Amino acid sequence: MGVVTASTSLGRSGLHDWIIQRVSAIVMLAYVIFLGYFICTTPELSFPVWQELFASTFMKVFSLLALLSVIGHAWIGLWIVSTDYMPKLAIRFVFQVLIILICLALLVWGIQILWSL
Amino acid sequence: MKFSIYRYNPETDKKPYMQEYDLDVPEGSDMMLLDALVALKNQDPTLSFRRSCREGVCGSDGMNINGKNGLACITALSSLKAPIVIRPLPGLPVIRDLVVDMAQFYKQYEKIKPFLIANDEPPAKERLQSPEDRAKLDGLYECILCACCSTSCPSFWWNPDKFVGPAGLLQAYRFLIDSRDTQTEERLAELDDAYSVFRCRGIMNCVDVCPKGLNPTRAIGHIRSMLLKSGV
Repeated sequence: MGVVTASTSLGRSGLHDWIIQRVSAIVMLAYVIFLGYFICTTPELSFPVWQELFASTFMKVFSLLALLSVIGHAWIGLWIVSTDYMPKLAIRFVFQVLIILICLALLVWGIQILWSL
Repeated sequence: MKFSIYRYNPETDKKPYMQEYDLDVPEGSDMMLLDALVALKNQDPTLSFRRSCREGVCGSDGMNINGKNGLACITALSSLKAPIVIRPLPGLPVIRDLVVDMAQFYKQYEKIKPFLIANDEPPAKERLQSPEDRAKLDGLYECILCACCSTSCPSFWWNPDKFVGPAGLLQAYRFLIDSRDTQTEERLAELDDAYSVFRCRGIMNCVDVCPKGLNPTRAIGHIRSMLLKSGV
């Protein structure tokens, strides 16, 4: 650990945050490309086709991975924004807690949606 | 030639203001901006700025010239568009006019331990270095600590107490790759928090303004790679 401590950040260190941010960006890009390819190459995009896609374990895992990436990326990115632009400690702390709670809620909600299909 | 210069004396002024000056500059003159400032100080002795070597070596006269940080002594008047707007280096507290308080900047420099630490057995004469290892320090040791880079960096503006800044990080890398230094791992561990190195977003303002033509962004990239190698 370096000289500055941070208790509301996601990663354990600056390097940890940095790696999560880059890897999550690649996962999100892969997911968007995959979905874009699927939508463009499917002749008729109907509800059964969509349901069948998300019924496979592969898609469920891939979607959850993408959701985790969105959450990790947002947590780290918005934490950085708050530590840059919110000098008032109270505002910064409330903002960070709010972001973390939203991220965790999104995760639970996402799991519920993906596995109840 | 018209000048617009930032003035602030905390003892008499409520807030800073811009003062207009006019200076006769002969056609085809090769005056440097510092010469013009010295001439203006003769007109108005209350105008304050730092200067020393007048040849781009001491790093005293860093200031914001027409919106870009630079050294007044090696900036030719002929290269500037009038009216020339001069402000103190951004992001640091102003002591008076163009004189800023560099304490925060030096504190970050001190943090990276800018000196050789060698805990191995001292040699009889001196610590030798191969020409190849010595060459690795080129482009790093030349920094004159004028603060033009760090004060042009938004990450340093927002977190001057936590982000080491381009000047400090250039020197951090200078000692990280010094073949004679034995503290590489300890130095890296000191830098691996969310601010010290990683607040750099690579916008390269530092590279753009460095009067010595150095490249702190590249050095920061090297530090990141070293952290990655030791942490993965």
